[in-house]
Amino acid sequence: MKATVLVRPKPGILDPQGEAVESSLRQLGFAVGDARVGRVVDLEVEASDETAARAEVERMCRQLLANPLIESYEIELR
Amino acid sequence: MSEAGPRIAVLTFPGSNDDRDALHALELLGASGVPVWHAEERLPDIAGVVLPGGFSYGDYLRCGAIARFSPAMKAVAEFAADGGLVLGICNGFQILCEAGLLPGVLRPNESLSFLCRDVVLRVEGAETPFTSACSTGQRLTIPIKHGEGCWFADAELLAELETKRQIVLRYEQNPNGSIDDVAAVCNERGNVMGLMPHPEHAVDPLLGSTDGALILGGLVEAARAASPPVATAAAPL
Repeated sequence: MKATVLVRPKPGILDPQGEAVESSLRQLGFAVGDARVGRVVDLEVEASDETAARAEVERMCRQLLANPLIESYEIELR
Repeated sequence: MSEAGPRIAVLTFPGSNDDRDALHALELLGASGVPVWHAEERLPDIAGVVLPGGFSYGDYLRCGAIARFSPAMKAVAEFAADGGLVLGICNGFQILCEAGLLPGVLRPNESLSFLCRDVVLRVEGAETPFTSACSTGQRLTIPIKHGEGCWFADAELLAELETKRQIVLRYEQNPNGSIDDVAAVCNERGNVMGLMPHPEHAVDPLLGSTDGALILGGLVEAARAASPPVATAAAPL
């Protein structure tokens, strides 16, 4: 089963990378606001079903893929 | 009469680059530096550990996030749990935070710029082994060189650390956006400390300040006190 993990800076956490991207986009003439930069991790998981796969990826997120102090995550399975 | 200094391990991860400077500084301050490769599952017989600066594992994922799974880090965690002295400098601080041995996390500098210059620090807590040679309120000049030194803790954690006196050093002028100007924190027990500035680069007057010798010297003296005495001719008074 394939999994995609989206890791984002939590709301309220300063994201200087997002701010730099936003200001660059503005310089290009795009009317944007509140850009935030996160991370995408694509994985293949061995699991018997979707529930087991989700539980497994949850554990990966908690142990390594995201730092719960500053990041939230979202898991997509297909 | 030459007395062997306390043995202090300096870990080297793939991408560490201040390990030799740390060993040199420790030797200069009277310790016996012991290089330890990150793949070692056991620490040699030592009285302290330094996790040096650098870019372990290329800072992949998050700074320190991969290095904390090194076999040697398991041994460091056990050593720390037994009360062993552990000092993390820069990347070493990042690793200790990711490993959960220290509170908070290090994030990219607010300016997104890599900063390399001397900063002035204020000693907030002189009761840790690492700051025992300093006095509370003392100013230290020690260089920083980091891109991700913006320490973060939420309001609740910050208040708790303040109450428990775990904030050890603060910047006089915040260079990186670190919450509450924090430059160094320790664990509750006080035997593990991490700091972004580099004391190992401030031990020789040739390079400017020697204030780093106060921090590393504190570690050396605490390690000396923790080492079993090598009794050659222990004569009672």
